[in-house]
Order: sequence, then C-alpha cells, then structure tokens
Amino acid sequence: MLSSLLHYQFLQHAVIAGLLASVICGIMGVMITEKKIVMMSGGIAHTAYGGIGLGYFLEFEPIWGAFFISITAALIMGYMQRRSQGSPDMLIGLFWSAGMALGIVFITFTPGYPPDITSYLFGNILAVRRADIIIMAILTVAVILAVAALFNQWKAYLFDEEFTYMRGINVAFLDYLLLVLVAISVVILIRVVGIILVLALFTAPSVIARMFASDFKKIMQIATLIGAGFCFFGLWISYELNLASGASIVLLSAVVCLLASAVRHLTKA
Amino acid sequence: MASSTEHYQVSAAPVQVNNVSAWYGQTQALSKVSLTVQEKDFLGIIGPNGGGKSTLLKAILGLIIPGEGSIRLFGEHPRKTRFQVGYVPQINRLDRNFPINVQDLVLLGKLPRKAAFFHRFSRRDRDEVLELLEKTGLLELKYRQISQLSGGEFQKALIARALAVKPRLLVLDEPTASVDARSREQIFNLLKELNQIMTILLVTHDLSAISSHVTSLACLNGSLFYHGIPELSETVIGEMYGCPVDLLAHGIPHRVLRSHEREGG
Repeated sequence: MLSSLLHYQFLQHAVIAGLLASVICGIMGVMITEKKIVMMSGGIAHTAYGGIGLGYFLEFEPIWGAFFISITAALIMGYMQRRSQGSPDMLIGLFWSAGMALGIVFITFTPGYPPDITSYLFGNILAVRRADIIIMAILTVAVILAVAALFNQWKAYLFDEEFTYMRGINVAFLDYLLLVLVAISVVILIRVVGIILVLALFTAPSVIARMFASDFKKIMQIATLIGAGFCFFGLWISYELNLASGASIVLLSAVVCLLASAVRHLTKA
Repeated sequence: MASSTEHYQVSAAPVQVNNVSAWYGQTQALSKVSLTVQEKDFLGIIGPNGGGKSTLLKAILGLIIPGEGSIRLFGEHPRKTRFQVGYVPQINRLDRNFPINVQDLVLLGKLPRKAAFFHRFSRRDRDEVLELLEKTGLLELKYRQISQLSGGEFQKALIARALAVKPRLLVLDEPTASVDARSREQIFNLLKELNQIMTILLVTHDLSAISSHVTSLACLNGSLFYHGIPELSETVIGEMYGCPVDLLAHGIPHRVLRSHEREGG
C-alpha cells in the first residue's frame, strides 16, 4: 500500500482524512467519555442522517445538511435535557430514530434514482475528495480552538458542573457548546467511518489512552495517536483485504480496545 | 444610588431565606422556610433524609429556583453573588475516576469568573494552592490522582478547592459522610479555625459533631422545626423526625443527645 500511497491521490486524501479524524477522536473522544455523553453523541450522530437526506432532497451538498441538522438537533436536545433534568435516555432514543426516519423520508421524496447513501452510513475513507478534506480541516481547527481556548474551564466543567457554576462560569453555555462540538465532530467523522460507526472512534481511543495516562491533556494526545493508528491500520486492512474502510477501522478499534481492557484486567488481578 | 447599593451589600447578611417553598413535581420538599445566617455564623442544618436539606442548600446556592419565596446571598440574587461562596459538594456525587491530581483539582478553585480565553493559572495562584494544601495536610499528596485518595483526603481536597475561591461563605454538604474518624476530627478543627474569618453553612447527618462545633443550628423536615443555639431537646428531635430519638439514624445513640443537653444546659 505504501508505494501506491505515492501514486494515488485518493489514498493520500484517505490518509489526511484519517489524521484529521484521529485528532477529533483524540480530543472530543476524551470530552465525550469523561462527560459520559457517548449515547447522547450517538443520538446527535444519527440526526445527521436527516440532514444528509435534506441535502439530497433540496439538491445541496449533503454534508452541509448533516452539519446544520445535527447542530440544530444538538441544541434542541441540550435545551430539553436542561429543562427536564432527568435521564436523557428517552430523549436520545427519540432523536436517534426520528433523525434516521427523517433522512429516509427525504430520500424517498428525492426525484430520480435513489442516491447511494451507504458511504454516509458506514463511511468510505477512499472516496474522500479534496473539497471534503478542506471542510474537515476547517472544522477540525474550529474544534481544537474551542477546546484549547477554554481548556481549564472544560476541565472544571467535566469534573464538577455545580462547583464550576458557583465559580460564576456560564455552565449552560458550556453545555450547549459541548453538544455543538459533538455535532461538528460527527460531520468530520462521517466521511471516514460514517454515522453508524462513529461511536467506536469516540470511545475506543480514549478508553485505551486512559490506561496509559492520568493527565487530561496527555490522555488527549495519546488518544489522538491511537486513533491515528486505528485509521491507518484499518485503512491498510481494508486495502489489502478489500473490505469496507469504515468497518475495518471500527472493528480494529473495538478489538484492540477489548484486548487492552482484558490485558489490563488480567495484569491487575 | 450606586454607593447606596454597595453599602447594602457590605451590611447584608450572607444568607437570607424568606418564606421559601419548593416542590418536586407534586411533592413538597420545603414549606415556608425562613432563615438568616449572619456574618461569622457557623450554622449546622440537620434533618432526616428527604427532609429538604439538599433542596434548601441548592436553593441557597442558586442551583434551583424555589417555587415560592426569595433567597438573598449577601443581599443579592444568588446568581450575582454566587462567586463569593466556597462550595464543598458531597463526595459521592463526584466521579472519583476523573483524571486529575490533587494540586490541579484545588487549582480549579482559582478559575477566573470572567470569560478568559487561553487562561493559564498564575504563579501566585499556584503558590496559594500550595499554602492551602499545607493547611489541609495534603501537601505530600499534591501529585496524587484523586482516584488514589481516601474519603477523608478527597474531602479535604474539596475543602481546599472551595477555599481557593477565597470565599466569604463556605457551604458544605455532608462533609463527614464517608470519612474516617480521624479525618472527621481534622475537618471540624479546620472548620472551627476557618470560622474566625468566614461564615460557614453545613448540612449534615452527624448530630454529635454538630453539637460540639456549630454556633447555631437549624432542624429541617419540610419546614423549619428549630433555629437557634445548638441545644436540642428531645421534643424537638422527636417532632422533627417523627420517631423515637434513638432510631434517628446513623448510629448516633440516644445518650449522645442527652449528654449534650447537659453540656448545653
């Protein structure tokens, strides 16, 4: 694969997309797992499908549909969660399936042959275009800035929301911003692993990184490296064995994560 | 106008609770509670589980808005003055596996309240945190992860974080609930010392500790049953808990109250 990498632009794009994706799983994965909003993130991810469908229906770039719909859904879910104060379980379930259903309805209404939407569902890193890379890069920089600019505030918020509120900090703003960052991350990762598989990349790298480090920033850095490893080796496996790239990356992440947990469990006991 | 409100702020009592009622859905948690905490008071709030202690605490801190009545923190809406409070939450409410060490945890009390992008803690912040770690006896544990701390050590770290705020009012929610006897004594001694310079409000189950340490006491079971000097009669306790005194929870036997009564009298 390495020699082909020099010759084929689509492989170069794939590698760049993988690197951007791993930065996102490194940073946002740690935020999501520490705040315990993995399922909330799943809900937001699946509403993106409604946006993809809207894009096809109204004939604009589906990824922008995903961008606007998932951010809107994130804000609505954030608002409803703040209002109800209870477990977000039901809310997540509702948005999860309603988002998917919306996408299906839009695509059914779209005239002509139904478009192939599997690449949005399961990702196809080999189909990443130059335009996608540019969008991904801009969004990745935006996420990094949002996390870095408020790093100490994020740390306080993730650990103890009430104390952070008492400090005079606008916790509601951080609540909403976190969910919006999740929505943006989903959009970045859609091309690589797709809506359905996105949760594995949010969790596996940070779970493993957590075993090696106990400093917040270090965990993010290690998770990024691990994510990069998953993307690259997953891509290699998919290239050599002719498998779907998203599925290869996700299966590799899951298997390594489970093995790492098992090894840790055995060595501890 | 501006100067008169400033004057009001200085003279206002740290906490004023006026006729506060609160509901959770159909259940009434607080009923017409009025209470004032004066400067340098050390108020202990006791009462049975479900008696509205944490609801009252959350209302005072501005974390919930009561259905009826009003709360003033230093004469203002809690939203405006909340940053003057050092808040010590219950330790079992927090995630002990969060990746942070003792020093960095206490440093979070130094977070600026104004929006600050790319904020970094100053040398002075760090020095003050080291002083607080010294004061709470945690200096040697400063690089230890909070997951590696005992209950007492974690509790002291949370108190240090609240003190890093430089509060005028320290609010503690069950600070001795999951703490060994030695740490418990250390915590109460520390609070006694702190009470010289700040007002303290404490919610607890720990009746024996309350009796010997606080300067005033409030007994809460939906409504306020008693508010005054820390001297409890069996009648008050009986009324408040609605059960025989020796059943009243958490291994505080009957005689502790009685002997305390003798001390008080």
